[in-house]
Amino acid sequence: MKKYYQPEIETAPRERILEIQNEKLLKQVRHVWDNVPYYRDLMMRKGLTPDDIRSVDDIRKLPFLSKADLRDAYPYGLLGTDLKNCVRIHSTSGTTGKRVVAFYTQHDIDLWEDCCARAIVAAGGSEEDVVQVCYGYGLFTGGSGLHGGSHKVGCLTLPMSSGNTDRQIQFMMDLESTILCCTPSYAAYIGEALKEQGYKPEDNKLKAGIFGAEPWTEEMRREIEKSLGIKAYDIYGLTETSGPGVAYECEEQKGMHINEDHFYAEIIDPDTGEVLPDGTVGELVFTALDKEAFPLLRYRTRDLCVLDRTPCSCGRTHVRMAKPMGRSDDMLIIRGVNVFPSQIETVLLKEGYTPNYQIVLDRERNTDTFDVYVEVSPDQFSDLMSQIQKMEKSLESALRTMLGIGPKVHLVAPKTITRSEGKAVRVIDKRKLH
Amino acid sequence: MAITQLSVFLMNQPGALVEVIRSISGAGINIRAMSIAEANDFGILRIIVSDTDAVCSLLGDKYLFSRTDVVAAKMSDRSGALYPILTVLNEANINIEYMYAFTGSGSEEAYVVFRVNDVKTAEEVLNANGIQTLSDESLKL
Repeated sequence: MKKYYQPEIETAPRERILEIQNEKLLKQVRHVWDNVPYYRDLMMRKGLTPDDIRSVDDIRKLPFLSKADLRDAYPYGLLGTDLKNCVRIHSTSGTTGKRVVAFYTQHDIDLWEDCCARAIVAAGGSEEDVVQVCYGYGLFTGGSGLHGGSHKVGCLTLPMSSGNTDRQIQFMMDLESTILCCTPSYAAYIGEALKEQGYKPEDNKLKAGIFGAEPWTEEMRREIEKSLGIKAYDIYGLTETSGPGVAYECEEQKGMHINEDHFYAEIIDPDTGEVLPDGTVGELVFTALDKEAFPLLRYRTRDLCVLDRTPCSCGRTHVRMAKPMGRSDDMLIIRGVNVFPSQIETVLLKEGYTPNYQIVLDRERNTDTFDVYVEVSPDQFSDLMSQIQKMEKSLESALRTMLGIGPKVHLVAPKTITRSEGKAVRVIDKRKLH
Repeated sequence: MAITQLSVFLMNQPGALVEVIRSISGAGINIRAMSIAEANDFGILRIIVSDTDAVCSLLGDKYLFSRTDVVAAKMSDRSGALYPILTVLNEANINIEYMYAFTGSGSEEAYVVFRVNDVKTAEEVLNANGIQTLSDESLKL
């Protein structure tokens, strides 16, 4: 059985990786300069031209991109090629009302699927395997990414998407799935559902799982491994860098290998923007070296992390990133969906509420619970129960439309949402994620 | 005419009710009638009190509350007394959102409180059928 999907590049000597990175970077900076006026303008404001970027050491000179830029550039401001060359979009949450739209050429899709294929092979996958993909399909990159990677490896791919657990289990047992791809909380949920249906861990044919899209602890990993009888692998990525597959765990499980032939990684101080030495915790920044349609340079992920460049016993020579250990912004991940508190504020203001709210997150039976408490103002208060319930339902619906997931809304009296030193506590997260 | 009912928003949790009642009785105010409509997280306490303005000042900005005009019809406290009242309202196409009742000082005296969609017509039609309706003044006993 093959150990690597693309052995030559995955185990390439460091000098060769650097050579590839430098070659691609120069082309990419030129590509962005020529095709993305928004970024060219950012470069010009720093007095930079493509000639100033001669190697990866010069990446630190380049301007950063962040969610705010994606919001301002929506929808086509960061497009790197003609729309007619684009074959797909995927989309993720923006910080307010505007979503982030990522574009892909066929070439971009191929590179992305290669990355996911590397992850599947690293988890022991081959064409003999049956891969059950239970990440959401559609605008979300999870489903499409692992689906494409599974195809490339030649596995039998089950495009299940998430939900309908009874059917998931039916196919898992009847079609003898060997690799499970989904969020860690859904994996834990499936594990419990199997137990409830009377199955023991050894009854399923699963040998491995590739889990990501939300933070998960070592403790959760052990629980999942025990309940499903598998080895559980971590995977990382974001829509802005195509999707999952930017980094993935090998059998050593000492961090995730970043696909350095496609992405250059930096760790920066989130407050000053200064590049930090390896081993220091800071914010992860990615430069896409060869994406065409949505070529983001120095994109700030807001994930806090640390890099490890020491050699890995698996033989792969690409740098490893630790599991993200927190955020440098206020973004939350709820049931695998990115949620910004500011999105909730946008909805409240639009619906005529003063945005005095509080988000309470917890976990019940391995699924995130999401409650939003909103203060009602005296002029909104109705004496009729049906009116208030209608208000709650209406707000739930508006929030679901904005966020992509539906919280339970609780209307409360004014001044009931806790304030500490005059500032309201907006998020109470009782889940133990890190 | 109509009478003023106060509706107070309360969290559906231990202590919420006792707190608000403590405030009102502490100020020496009599609650003539009350009902609670409950939901999962909250309830609406509806009260008719002997001094509406005083209770409003008391509730102040500590509570979310509102004033609602409701119809209070006088009836005898015996079997068969409610039916004619409801018939009169029904025939006039008056929509009743909710109702509750309380007894009066006399032995066979009772009042039924209605929130309706059209207070003016409801009172007219009740009075025209010989059914007495209360005003805020008549409550100040």
